[in-house]
Amino acid sequence: MFIPCDRGGGSAAPDFKGFTLLMPAVSVGNVGQLAIDLVISTLDMTKVGYFYTDCLVPMVGNNPYTTAEENSVELSINAEVYSLPSKKLVVLQIRSPFIKNKYRPFCETLLSWVKSSKCARVVLLSSSHAYQRDDEQLLGTPLRYLLTPDLEKAVGGRMKELNWKEMEKVAAYPGINDTDKVLHIPGGGITKLLFTESCSEGIQMAVLLKFCSEGDNIPDAFVLVNYLNEWLQLIKSEVSTSNNSTDLSSQWKIPSSWRLLFGNGLPPALF
Amino acid sequence: MATFFGEVVVAPSRAGLDEEEEAREETPEDREIRREIEKKRYGQRGEIRKGEIQVLWSCAEESLVCSRFIVAIGRNAAAFLSSFILDSVCWEAIGVVKLWNEWCRTSSTTNVLPTDSFCLFYRLISDPTVLLCQCSCYVAEDQQFQWLEKVFGSMQKKGLQVTILSTCPVADYKTQESTLTLVSPFLKALKTKEFQEQVCCPLLEQPNIVRDLPAA
Repeated sequence: MFIPCDRGGGSAAPDFKGFTLLMPAVSVGNVGQLAIDLVISTLDMTKVGYFYTDCLVPMVGNNPYTTAEENSVELSINAEVYSLPSKKLVVLQIRSPFIKNKYRPFCETLLSWVKSSKCARVVLLSSSHAYQRDDEQLLGTPLRYLLTPDLEKAVGGRMKELNWKEMEKVAAYPGINDTDKVLHIPGGGITKLLFTESCSEGIQMAVLLKFCSEGDNIPDAFVLVNYLNEWLQLIKSEVSTSNNSTDLSSQWKIPSSWRLLFGNGLPPALF
Repeated sequence: MATFFGEVVVAPSRAGLDEEEEAREETPEDREIRREIEKKRYGQRGEIRKGEIQVLWSCAEESLVCSRFIVAIGRNAAAFLSSFILDSVCWEAIGVVKLWNEWCRTSSTTNVLPTDSFCLFYRLISDPTVLLCQCSCYVAEDQQFQWLEKVFGSMQKKGLQVTILSTCPVADYKTQESTLTLVSPFLKALKTKEFQEQVCCPLLEQPNIVRDLPAA
């Protein structure tokens, strides 16, 4: 599945042992994917390979993180892997939806790649439909986290220190029986499947998600990536002198591919 | 989501994965529809199944040696090749792709009309390592990977250079100005870093992308 980039000189495939794998779920508002774009663009990560898979709709374009003429002509496809060894971080970006009935094989292949590449843990960025929140979830923070039992032992305490809220379970049979609770992540794409599979296979996985709706999801992406940064500290938070708060939004670099998200310029003849 | 008239509708998510779809139980109607589709799929003997792709070569060689492969995807690109490149003197038809999906069905004949859906392969008589493919049919999402594997799997690649010709609507082109004022048609290109020759037109700028079979 994973094909390393040929960096010339016969270099060996990259080693991800002990790394944190950061990846998005293709979910409502594409918030996870937008947040991953911000991480790759801000940390100026190097592409180290891609996934050769028949599970995602094919697409290709030029480098979405281009900053200058010289780096604008590298081709980019639907599932690519970037790495930053100094932070022991490897990032997978998924750029297109799943082909019908192919999301299960993709999850299986992905998790077996995680195990074979010996990544220490997986952090999945996702989102869920805001309109499906219950009364209590409507109040307070729209951000939630989930940890598999193996990761709970390692970092559960840190989540409590950060005062994060765990994703609530819902009744399996609402109105009939409120005791059986299940995990329900509407609009989360493969989030629930990946999480439950990781639990049963002993993979250390954290899910960070935000409740949101379809629309302009750029602000949601910023909120989610700042949430991630509270834990992983990927970029340093500078205290803003004007209002004495840590506002990181200006420190994330928006990639050039985010231009024209809502259409072209207007024809002058319209006015 | 509330529409302009105040009715509440479920908006399809950009995420593209409806998990409710997977969990929904089959109604008697669904079962009936599924049975009819299965009957159609496994219909007459020799008929191709929906979703399956067959590549049929009329030449004797087990695998074709190929140094140049030109693929025209879509009716406009296929018509371009028919009008300016293909002729019965220099090119011979050597194969077809048989497939069917909700949009089209191709046949195994090489004698086609421009309005038919077809996917044909030609070889240059003077240099049999130059192959050409005209694919005017729509290859569905779940067939694209199969098409690639079967077509490229039949070739012995000898310093292979692949050129893909296709068209997109101008309205899909993302640009700062309005597309109304753009002079069209215009050419844009994408190339791999291994392609060292001069490209005859500007490269496709961000944030434009290419989808479907040309992307695959």
